[in-house]
Amino acid sequence: MRTIPLKTVTDTVADLCRTANYKIGDDVFKALQIARRKETSPIGREILDQIIENHKIASSKKLPICQDCGYAVIFLKVGSKVRIRGDLYGAINQGVRKGYIQGYLRKSIISDPLKGGNTGDNTPAIIHAEIVPGTRLKITVAPKGGGSENMSGVKMLTPGDGIEGVKKFVLDQVWSAGANPCPPVIVGIGIGGNLEYAPYLAKKALLRQIGSRHQDAYYARLERELLRVINRTGIGPMGLGGRVTALDVFIETFPRHLATLPVAVNLNCHVARHKTAII
Amino acid sequence: MEKRKNTITKITAPLTDKVTRSLKIGQRVLVSGKIYTARDTVHKLLYDLIARHKALPIELHGLVIYYAGPAPTKPGYVIGPIGPTTAGRCDRYTPALLELGVKGMMGKGKRSIEVINAMRKYKAVYFAVTGGAAALIAKSVRSIKIVAFPELGPEAINALVVKDLPAIVAIDCRGRDLYESGPRKYRNKAKKEKK
Repeated sequence: MRTIPLKTVTDTVADLCRTANYKIGDDVFKALQIARRKETSPIGREILDQIIENHKIASSKKLPICQDCGYAVIFLKVGSKVRIRGDLYGAINQGVRKGYIQGYLRKSIISDPLKGGNTGDNTPAIIHAEIVPGTRLKITVAPKGGGSENMSGVKMLTPGDGIEGVKKFVLDQVWSAGANPCPPVIVGIGIGGNLEYAPYLAKKALLRQIGSRHQDAYYARLERELLRVINRTGIGPMGLGGRVTALDVFIETFPRHLATLPVAVNLNCHVARHKTAII
Repeated sequence: MEKRKNTITKITAPLTDKVTRSLKIGQRVLVSGKIYTARDTVHKLLYDLIARHKALPIELHGLVIYYAGPAPTKPGYVIGPIGPTTAGRCDRYTPALLELGVKGMMGKGKRSIEVINAMRKYKAVYFAVTGGAAALIAKSVRSIKIVAFPELGPEAINALVVKDLPAIVAIDCRGRDLYESGPRKYRNKAKKEKK
């Protein structure tokens, strides 16, 4: 067994909250530069220039890339030989509190969904934990903004709807979202599982590296096809028209009940924020 | 749509009809002068005051509204990163404000047909500001001052003095809408597309 102190968890989470908000991943930055080269709309190019310039300012001055610093969505892989003495989730939330206050990040969490009231410190985090073999604790903080989240959805298709039904749902979602999720978007798709698992798969899909393909050739082909079709919608950067509407499309799958075909789409804006540490 | 490659027009808020009539869909602008942040809550408050024929805390004539709620201000900075928020949430309150003289709106996303009709009638313009360019936009802000509804804290109306804030004319005062014409222009004409 290996003991990990709560303070280490808190400090690591605080640091990840800050860096995820200040500095975009290299894969996303490169994808934006490629998008800029591919984009033929003059307005689209101007928008991409501003986005790229913004990343340079944010990372050099340690400022949040976007004023919506998101809901702190946290993925944990807890090694089975890891021992935590005390309240792990409490330590994680303390890290979010610390990161968001000390990092001058916006506090966007409302404590009661209908009665209101800002929690003041961007807690609680939403935590997804898996137990895996080993002695390490892997923490990924993936802040998720409200605008793109509002444009996401889940549908219980039937097995008869098949792959065409999946494609239709994804494209309908991107069309009706239009300018609202701040295109160019990154599209996370979850297929299979059940009602609550498909959206989890779609959110997890957003952690993939831009340019990486699903290891199953069938789904890799579907990812590429959907990316092509989405980029033919003409929606473009900020929905003002252009050739680049999506930077990438990622699919995650899981076995399903024989009577169902759940599919979820989680749209991410072009600020795909996630940072990982392994303790 | 007129193409004005590499032409950037400098405009100063508050705006006159002469200026708003001259701005065309797709035009790139740099906004200077005084603009006012106003989000959902304040829009509803202003709308209610107008409906009840009460005095408003600010003069609306010529005003430019920026739909935005910034991140906290770091020491040494005038304002935290301040990108646009979705304008559509304020659509239901907007025609009343345009009738009383609001001339410009800066935000992101589509507007309703009612807003576009009011823009045509009252010669107002809607500018798209780039979402996710929040730190870049903050560089244009020279000062910030609360001017109305201080009790709302972060949702109060703030007057921002800005210099060269980049924006694009998304809907002009003739009602031409780049959110419609832009995608249509770049949509691939392949017939086999699934929509």
